Amino acid sequence: MSEREQILGRIREALRVAAPKPGLLSGPGQRVPAHEKRPTDFRPWLPAVGDSFDERAALFAKNSAELKTDFQLVANRNELQEKLLALAHAEGWKKIATHAGELTNYAFAVLGLAVVQTGGRYNLDELESSDAGITECDALVAQTGSVVVTTRSAGGRALSVLPPHHVVLARRDQLLRDLPAAFTALKQRYGSGYPSMMCLITGPSRTGDIERILVLGAHGPKKLTIFCM
Amino acid sequence: MNTVAQTFKETARRMTRDLRHRSWIQSALGKYYVGRDEKKARFQNWQEARQAAAEIKWDAVNHLDKHLEEFVSKIEARGTKVFWASTGQQACDYIVNVAKKHRVRSIVKSKAMTGEEIHLAQALEKSGVEVVETDLGEYIVQLREEAPYHIVFPAMHLTRHEISDLFNKKLGSAPTDSPEELTMIARRTLRKKYCAADMGISGANFAVAETGMISLTTNEGNGRLSTSLPRIHVALIGIEKVLPTLDDLALFLPMLATAGAAQAVSCYNTFIAGPRQEGEPDGPNEFHVVLLDNGRTRLLADAEQRDTLHCIRCGACLNVCPIYKNIGGHTYGTTYMGPIGSVLTPHLRGLAEWKHLSFASSLCGACSEACPVKIDLHHHLLQNRRNAIRCKSPWWEKLIFKGFVILMNYPLLYRLGVKFGWLGQKFHGLVKGTRLDPMIAWTQSREAPPLALKTFKDYWRGRKS
Repeated sequence: MSEREQILGRIREALRVAAPKPGLLSGPGQRVPAHEKRPTDFRPWLPAVGDSFDERAALFAKNSAELKTDFQLVANRNELQEKLLALAHAEGWKKIATHAGELTNYAFAVLGLAVVQTGGRYNLDELESSDAGITECDALVAQTGSVVVTTRSAGGRALSVLPPHHVVLARRDQLLRDLPAAFTALKQRYGSGYPSMMCLITGPSRTGDIERILVLGAHGPKKLTIFCM
Repeated sequence: MNTVAQTFKETARRMTRDLRHRSWIQSALGKYYVGRDEKKARFQNWQEARQAAAEIKWDAVNHLDKHLEEFVSKIEARGTKVFWASTGQQACDYIVNVAKKHRVRSIVKSKAMTGEEIHLAQALEKSGVEVVETDLGEYIVQLREEAPYHIVFPAMHLTRHEISDLFNKKLGSAPTDSPEELTMIARRTLRKKYCAADMGISGANFAVAETGMISLTTNEGNGRLSTSLPRIHVALIGIEKVLPTLDDLALFLPMLATAGAAQAVSCYNTFIAGPRQEGEPDGPNEFHVVLLDNGRTRLLADAEQRDTLHCIRCGACLNVCPIYKNIGGHTYGTTYMGPIGSVLTPHLRGLAEWKHLSFASSLCGACSEACPVKIDLHHHLLQNRRNAIRCKSPWWEKLIFKGFVILMNYPLLYRLGVKFGWLGQKFHGLVKGTRLDPMIAWTQSREAPPLALKTFKDYWRGRKS
């Protein structure tokens, strides 16, 4: 018998005796009665989010400020160009890394810098030494201030995590309400074939491992900038 | 008493008297309490969310065979190699063989408690491969050749000065007292390791059955890098990690972060659904998932304590436990420490040797209250005590309880005992504090209160008339 069959066999044997359902015992923290059916809608319990775009944008901005993400709403391409150039100038970018996409193509055209494209196979050292990684995304999540990226929407696995500054270019309609909405969007878009990696990025890389003091840029990007157009 | 229990008692005694240890653990956890309460308050209903999480985990664990088969068939369909391991040894052997087959020389590892559990790094190092822990805290304790102090914050017990000295000695960096500079030293060192590594090893926080994905939570981004750059990725996962649907993560990710690290969600929640797919520019060519039993099916068979397998390893129960706060993480001598460790370890390593952990509890219930998936931890500690006594109770304890039963069954004897107890206590002074003292456990650090001359019964009778 294979190891798989043995383990599954032990599981089935063990499960012949039923375990009590949670929420039936009395004790500390047992203040909520059990649900009739296993819950599938968590919205009534998760942190609240307003319905309108303005409320979502305001919450995203508030979460970003807390997470030390630089979140900027931009009105049009001209403003995006202005802000990108200002950022490139302020940080002295010499080389950027990006992938093919409507917004990213525009960005790298206006920046006019040396570029590493991660669409196909690329040189890892080149990517590692880039000053910024510019990507698109699948969604922004107001509830948590997160960016959803996948290997398909953001030029592979490494582009959004290896360069020291991650710049996200998003559209207004990508700003979703909450985590349930984000997972629904992923399912709708990729349900028939998921990318090999999807990630919910919430703020620049961080650690609190030394005396529980927050330090940004532990292994991933030290800065995260999001332009929402 | 066995030696494990003896060591535990001795270390615990030393640590509880260590005022320096106490002061920094209080200050580290103080910040956590404030942040956690603030993040909890953002939930519209934290208690309902806990109940829902508990019910989802109940569903997952009580239909484990079905969910596991679904997870495996989905993830295999995308080119992942799945290995089932009954024991830690089998898992280690498999991973060592994968490394040998692909001539792996260096490995970057993102934090995985399952790896600690089966001593994976040691097994790989023995076979001649370099293994580098990439979680900053884990990297620090690896350099110190020490076990993690906490399941979420492995280097919580060290000050910046100690870490600076360590980096100075092991990495040759200039001494500094800035946590930021120390982090950057580690960042630079580990960057080189990521780029050169042949294999990345990770655990998983969840395995999603519906879509065949693993979910990996980190703050530092080490989980992302370890699973993006090397050509092989191995994920070592306990079989109980399965969640039925992708949507469930919308509940579990914020709860894990809130309870575990006082964050709304962790910085990187990564969902991996296979090796590099057709048309993708990067990612490992091979992805191996190792499903680990290692005693978990034994725990599953114990219906009373099956909910222990609901654990999402957030560490919230450690952070609130008065025992953990007094004796610290190393004293346990186990992979999983704190209340969850005290419940789990006897199941994973044997009750006879590890039963003392069940007695190291004040039964205050703070752990059960803190648990985001409502594991009934303090009752499980009681059940472990009962089971330990059932399997073997010491003769003197049997004798005491026999005497107690007689005393309680004969009111006259009981009354005599209560009436003249104070007389007996007079003689206690002769042996107090010596080895002959039957109350030594109490009297070595406290005074025993004198028994009253007048019993409560007498007092009550006198008051009425």
